[in-house]
Amino acid sequence: MTKLSLPENVTNEKLIGLYKQMWLIRFFDEKVDEFFAKGLIHGTTHLAVGQEASASGPCAVLRDEDKITSTHRGHGHCIAKGADINRMMAELFGRATGYCKGKGGSMHIADVEKGNLGANGIVGGGIPLAVGSALTSSMKKLNYVTVCYFGDGATNEGSFHEALNLAAVWNLPVVFICENNQYGMSGAVKDMVKIPDIATRADSYGFPGVVVDGTDMIELMNVSNVAVERARSGQGPTLIEAKTYRWKGHSKSDAKKYRTREEEKEWRAKDSIKRFKDVLIDEGFITEEKAEELKQEAKKEIENAVAFAKEGPMPGKEDLLTDVYA
Amino acid sequence: MREITYLEAVREAMSQEMRKNEDVFILGEDIGIYGGAFGVTRGMLEEFGPERIRNTPISESAIAGTAVGSALTGMRPIMELQFSDFITIAMDQIVNQAAKLRYMYGGKGKVPMVLRTPSGSGTGAAAQHSQSLEAWVTHIPGLKVVQPSTAYDVKGLLKASMDDDNPVIFYEHKLLYKTKGDVPEEEYHIPLGQADVKREGKDVTIVATAIMVHRAQEAAEELEREGINVEVIDPRTLVPLDTETIIKSVTKTGRLVVVHEAVKRGGYGGEIASMIAESEAFDYLDAPIKRLGGAPSPVPYNPELERMHVPQKEDIVQAVKETLNRA
Repeated sequence: MTKLSLPENVTNEKLIGLYKQMWLIRFFDEKVDEFFAKGLIHGTTHLAVGQEASASGPCAVLRDEDKITSTHRGHGHCIAKGADINRMMAELFGRATGYCKGKGGSMHIADVEKGNLGANGIVGGGIPLAVGSALTSSMKKLNYVTVCYFGDGATNEGSFHEALNLAAVWNLPVVFICENNQYGMSGAVKDMVKIPDIATRADSYGFPGVVVDGTDMIELMNVSNVAVERARSGQGPTLIEAKTYRWKGHSKSDAKKYRTREEEKEWRAKDSIKRFKDVLIDEGFITEEKAEELKQEAKKEIENAVAFAKEGPMPGKEDLLTDVYA
Repeated sequence: MREITYLEAVREAMSQEMRKNEDVFILGEDIGIYGGAFGVTRGMLEEFGPERIRNTPISESAIAGTAVGSALTGMRPIMELQFSDFITIAMDQIVNQAAKLRYMYGGKGKVPMVLRTPSGSGTGAAAQHSQSLEAWVTHIPGLKVVQPSTAYDVKGLLKASMDDDNPVIFYEHKLLYKTKGDVPEEEYHIPLGQADVKREGKDVTIVATAIMVHRAQEAAEELEREGINVEVIDPRTLVPLDTETIIKSVTKTGRLVVVHEAVKRGGYGGEIASMIAESEAFDYLDAPIKRLGGAPSPVPYNPELERMHVPQKEDIVQAVKETLNRA
């Protein structure tokens, strides 16, 4: 038996699935990176390689009816909330078979029926939306929780302050997850925020703020679970700050002049997938062979997604003006 | 028929809807015990309670975003923005979120919300509490924009806006709140995108919005005494715009004067004038189109200056005569 303390709803089977999910997130973004470099997909994209745990951990403790709001760096959140990677990849290829029929692209993938209320191109733009979703849960007594993802940069937006305060005074079932990946584009968090931990900002709203190691899946699941249960039982919001790192640049054209290769190396050594694998093997959930098998399965699924995406039809002129109004 | 004020008509439309539909609620600043800055929600807290008449902190971005998020998840919020000028602070949530979510998501999800807000000058509230910024939102695909001018219209148009599955920006004019009109007690629906010919005429068409509808009618009465027969059209909704009614009228009269309170430069009057210039009515024009709008300055405080800032009855009379070469 494992010595690990885990949330009740995280079964052994789920744990193993999460390991594969983290690889799906990484391979998805690495594939997107490759295609952008080759000019096979256009526009822009923001990759979350290195941030797999902060995407997967909080979603791991959610129920199907729970909701999330995501960010411009949102492919991982989407996968963690159960999105179909085929339709995600098709969206990046601008196809009619994509999640948004090719009208949204990387920054706007949403799956409203599955509880993913959408990625967002405006930094901090999704935070008030999450509060609105939480208000629906509260007013209609639906008992679902909304998890709101945003980055360190968003915590300097007015919408962060306004929305967290409103969620607090209305005691809404929402969990705020700040993925502090150390940089808002080129702005180092240490230059943009005067306090060492963004989580302490929760003090000013009157709800708990918790700092977690954003590369530690187990800790992320446990801390998220406490926050989600707190929200579900009517005790209000929590702010979780997951300290993490994006391995890649901000978007497709980033020379990363604002940080050192040594710093990148230090963070890469804290690879969240490897850390999670080591725990799973040490605790006897999987073997090294099984881990490799799961990784290869994920790789294959991404290849399949690419094939699906490429086969899809392009939207046509007739699609330009549809969906503007309901 | 019973006479009530424009303000009472707004309140009645909301109350009747809220009695029927549990998903409808109001959120905004000071809308609870205070009854709203202009008193529109007075008494509603007592009837519907604080869960549905939700008094908020002074946080326009969060109020708007919360409305959008709740609409996206199944509620039908009415957001009261205390002064229409404050849309600047809520703009991201209206322009980048509410208006675009459905399109960006490929037609999944909808945002059935109404943003009600008082606009216009004439109250001495000066530059940051008196603007008419409706042209900004008409520019954004995904939003609908409504600007009622009478008690009857405001009730029917608000009902249609609450029934609509899209974000609707609903402009109430501060100076019209106390105006009275015949308003049926029962609910009724005025479709968005249907202009109203407030006065029929054959010589000149005036297209006017909000309080300018009343000034245009006063001008028309005065002109009638001089033998000039003016048609006054109130588009009532700017998006969607009932182009057909306006084109038909201009085709008949051959002359068009467009009047709004908003600053003329970049105002919606330009859109109406261009629409006519591009339409079949162009061939029927016997005179250049005239546009009247606010002066290119912030709204001043001094009452005389404030009056000079926006078109008055005499300006409209003058403009009509100019189109007839009778000035």
